[in-house]
Amino acid sequence: MKTSTMKRIVLLLAVVLALPVLAQAQELIAGKSFGKAKNEIVVTFAGDVDRATVENPANYRVYEEQDPDIKLDLVRVALAPDQKTATLTFKEPLNTRVPHVVSISHLSESGAAATFKVMKPYLGYLFSILVSALLINNFVFTKYLGLCVFFGTSKRKDTAKGMGFTFTMVMVVSAIMSWFFYQFILKPYGLNFLQIVVFIGLVSLTVQAVDTVLRKVNPALFNAFGVYLVLVIANCVIIAVPLILADNEYNFLESFMLALGAGGGFLLALYLMSSVRERMELANIPATFKGVPIAFIVAGQFALAFLGFSGLTLF
Amino acid sequence: MATDKTNLQLVVNGILNENPIFRLVLSMCPAVGISTTVMNGFMLGIAVLFVQVCSSCTISLFKNVIHPRIRIPTYTLTIATWVTVIDMVLAAYLPEAYAKMGIFIKLIVAFAIITMRLEMFACKESVNASFWDGIGMGLGFMFGMMALGFVRELLGMGTILGYDVLGFKPLLFFVLPFAGFFCVGLMMAFFNYIEIVYKRAKRA
Repeated sequence: MKTSTMKRIVLLLAVVLALPVLAQAQELIAGKSFGKAKNEIVVTFAGDVDRATVENPANYRVYEEQDPDIKLDLVRVALAPDQKTATLTFKEPLNTRVPHVVSISHLSESGAAATFKVMKPYLGYLFSILVSALLINNFVFTKYLGLCVFFGTSKRKDTAKGMGFTFTMVMVVSAIMSWFFYQFILKPYGLNFLQIVVFIGLVSLTVQAVDTVLRKVNPALFNAFGVYLVLVIANCVIIAVPLILADNEYNFLESFMLALGAGGGFLLALYLMSSVRERMELANIPATFKGVPIAFIVAGQFALAFLGFSGLTLF
Repeated sequence: MATDKTNLQLVVNGILNENPIFRLVLSMCPAVGISTTVMNGFMLGIAVLFVQVCSSCTISLFKNVIHPRIRIPTYTLTIATWVTVIDMVLAAYLPEAYAKMGIFIKLIVAFAIITMRLEMFACKESVNASFWDGIGMGLGFMFGMMALGFVRELLGMGTILGYDVLGFKPLLFFVLPFAGFFCVGLMMAFFNYIEIVYKRAKRA
């Protein structure tokens, strides 16, 4: 009795899961995604299709969802030998951050057009911003920002941890505030040229606010991290985040992810560096390299290692 | 309190005794990030020179009306204003060089060296002395950046300012972005070595 119920549930689940696939099969399209190259869309058909119809660019209409009037320039369509996978090559790189609508006419026998949307999974995109700021474009090792603080406070692990957490906190708060200022004040009133002045002011304000709030709300945490807060003001790694998010026109969630990744990346870099420097104190280093020079060489080696992440692509 | 140094001494002080990059170890980000060619170093040096001189003069001019408790925010906003000016000028007249330096022009606002000079020098001294101190610091930064760029461009590409000097590429490694760390580290070690040898010679 019990096993049959289980079987029935599994069967039901399978049907429910397969439903979208079945529904798509009716529309002749089995899969679609952005291609490997920036100007490609890959479409997989459910059954065999007529090569002449599919490879004729005149049968296609492709546009970004928010601009239906602007038809994208399709150069050619290539159908793979398996008769199912077609690669659409466009004249210009696509903006893969927005959904694209593709409509193919004369595909079915009735002559009706098959229309579908191509888009990246949004959560995956958010996650890729985070990982990119954390590893691939690590602010210290591949963007070379915040080096003064990086070399100044990476002598001991405890300091490095405290500094890293404080930085992350301030970065996230100041990035969110800067985003609001940028989107609702600077942009609508055409005050873009004030970016630098406004952002540096906001960062100083945030540091002061975090200082005051932390002192009242969590004195223990303040005693641990308070000393680092003074160092945070006007540091280039912090002011860089608002500038980058304004340049890229990120939305709220994307800005949050960027700030979190940047802060986490800074924490990671500080922690790695301090671990090495603690060991180096015991090592026998030539007198000319003692202190800062050897720290630079080690940082260079870390940068080399982080270069390995550059091929990392997610989603 | 007025400084007893002459104008020339102030300039030389910025270039040698208190060179921002090699002696004070400040403003390391651009020294590592974009010192791949002499030209890059020169361009950023010009920008920093401009911001340093203008902010120094501004603060020195208004030093008597700035309340000591709000002096740091005042410095920051002054620097930010001048950075905005140079940012817009470069973007308008030298778009190519501007694109190469990317975000670093805007980040001059966070260079520790400029704030430090305002706090240590400009808020106490006359406009004239601050002007020459600003020139010295700016030139010191520029020469530091150009020295790094010189080594990296010569060793990496075999060229100087784009002209082929060596005819071959000795070590391509040096133009790769991350080599900035190695280059700065090695140059610092080199200066330390000279200092050690000099002291030994003096003692003997």
